[in-house]
Amino acid sequence: MADIFTTIGSWLTGLFEGLGASPALAATILMVLGAAVLASAVLFILVFNIWFERKVMARFQDRIGPNRVGPWGIFQTVADLAKLFSKEIIIPGGADMMPFMMAPVIAVMSVILIWAVVPFTPNLIGTDVNIGALYFVAVSSLGVMAILMAGWSSNNKYALLGAFRAVAMLVSYEVPLVLTLMIPVLLTGSMRMNEIVAAQRIAYLFMMPLAGAIFWIASVAEVGRQPFDVLEGESEIVAGYHIEYSGFAFAMFYAAEWAHGFAICALMAVLFLGGWRGPGVEQIPTLGIVYFLLKTFLLYFFQVWTRAILPRIRIDHIMYFCWKFLVPLSLVLVVVTVLVDKTARSLIPGYMLTGSLIEMLPRAAVLLIVNVAVALLAIAWVAWLGRRERERAEAASVSIAPIESGATAQQAR
Amino acid sequence: MIPLHWFLLVAAGLFSLGVYGVLARRNAVAILMSIELMLNAVNLNLVAFWRYMAPETLSGQAFAVFVFAVAAAEAAVGLALIISIYRNRETVVAEDINMLKW
Amino acid sequence: MTITPVTIAFAVLAIFTLGGGLGVVSSRNMVHAALYLVLALFGVAGLYVLLEAPFLAAIQVLVYMGAIAVLITITIMVTRRIMGITESVNRQWPLAAGIAALVAVTLGFVVLGLFNGLLPVADVPPDNIEQLGAAFVSHQAYLLPFEVASVLLLAAMIGAIVVARD
Repeated sequence: MADIFTTIGSWLTGLFEGLGASPALAATILMVLGAAVLASAVLFILVFNIWFERKVMARFQDRIGPNRVGPWGIFQTVADLAKLFSKEIIIPGGADMMPFMMAPVIAVMSVILIWAVVPFTPNLIGTDVNIGALYFVAVSSLGVMAILMAGWSSNNKYALLGAFRAVAMLVSYEVPLVLTLMIPVLLTGSMRMNEIVAAQRIAYLFMMPLAGAIFWIASVAEVGRQPFDVLEGESEIVAGYHIEYSGFAFAMFYAAEWAHGFAICALMAVLFLGGWRGPGVEQIPTLGIVYFLLKTFLLYFFQVWTRAILPRIRIDHIMYFCWKFLVPLSLVLVVVTVLVDKTARSLIPGYMLTGSLIEMLPRAAVLLIVNVAVALLAIAWVAWLGRRERERAEAASVSIAPIESGATAQQAR
Repeated sequence: MIPLHWFLLVAAGLFSLGVYGVLARRNAVAILMSIELMLNAVNLNLVAFWRYMAPETLSGQAFAVFVFAVAAAEAAVGLALIISIYRNRETVVAEDINMLKW
Repeated sequence: MTITPVTIAFAVLAIFTLGGGLGVVSSRNMVHAALYLVLALFGVAGLYVLLEAPFLAAIQVLVYMGAIAVLITITIMVTRRIMGITESVNRQWPLAAGIAALVAVTLGFVVLGLFNGLLPVADVPPDNIEQLGAAFVSHQAYLLPFEVASVLLLAAMIGAIVVARD
């Protein structure tokens, strides 16, 4: 299973040891180097992503988009970055210096940390810890702290308001996110990212479409993308928690948001679309990175698509949607999945076999049926709620309607 | 490998800081934070002893997990109480919350 | 004592932990105290990693830093009108410092006397987390405490909602 990345790794280890480093030191240097390369690669891909997003958005809105700097405007982001880097960081009066300057750093850090457990190929992964999925949830919850710090230390009402909104929303959407994250973990029987990918001969999205959908919605909300972008809400609270940031500090928040948006695409690809899995990966592991990036960019396109076509939802509707719909639904889904999966294990012979695609079909079929059933019930429930709401609204409007003549008003009473 | 007593000394220092905070701070939220420090010190001790004395058993980690659960419950209820007191009496200073003291 | 990457990491994390703790108990600005608390909690999470308990480190970050610290910070920000205008310590602080110093010295003596220079007796089994997960739901191990903890959390949740509501 030798591929190009392990070769480079062992070559570098040999190089450091040849320069007189002990094996432990060489391993440490390699780890630090790997972390630096990974983090830089994420930020580098960001430059492309921002251009991609602007271009796709423009096409959705019947515009051309950036087209001046370089071919198809591809270096537009570079120019923007150069501008942002050269601008002064304005610190508002009464700002709390330490948290003010720390907040953007923590925001970027919490996003970059996610990439440590994303498997690019079977062998290329930052660190294949046995708690990968939990690690993802843990580090992404650090971003909340950065937003709070930024909002509070800016000494600005809009910033604080935006921070409170953001925290309320992010903390709420973490619940369905974690609950649906548990489903791939439960089906695989491991929190190790590589094992979750390896178990997906049939991608979990086709076994558990509802879980995938809830995970996707919750992660888009975690990023604060449209339609969940109330934490910035230009028209309501001008720019939310980063209103007072300028220059490089603003660029860091911007980078953090975009990198987070890309990171959730990567995680969705890993957890529900089979990550690096694809034809021929067993023979050439390096091919995995192509499949992985293909899936991630497909999801990223989908994210931009959502962003381009959906309006912003009101904050109370967002909270209502989370606590009264997504949380109960994901709870029911987890419990039902566990019960059905466990029962089917004892009832259907060969249920847990993973030898070939055919052998995995019974389990996939059972889980798919369960998912579709839960999804249909949820839709019926929401439809019933909506109908009741509408009937109530109509009843309320009828009672005040007859105002033309005294006689009809009398009858109505 | 780091010897056990380093971890225990860090935990002891953290615990003492927590003791000082609980006894000396006036703000009720600060007292709560100091309690969290003490709980963390205890947890650190539990995990350190588990790692160095009995890594093949589970009791150290299991107890640490229960401490997490209790700490979360304690923080939620404690902060709810503080907010409620703040609403009613406009104070979060522990000494001023003395209506039951006669 | 030779300096290895592990000892450097330990030193940095210990400084984070103790420095953060010191900030929590001494900082007059309550929001700063909460941020120092986050630093201390982060240090402890790092120490868990050094102790080869990554699961607890992740739980520490998720529960303490992602939930409890955020809750505390929000409480401070919501009640900030009267935060910070009071003295940070009460009249009995010298006594408190004395007691804390006594606790520190006693614990230090006990630690250095009983556990000086101990090294791990064995390695952590690789399937440690699987065992832990199984133990939580096994009636021979921790099923009852686990369920009691769930009830406690539920009670705390309901209690917090009832108390904090108008």
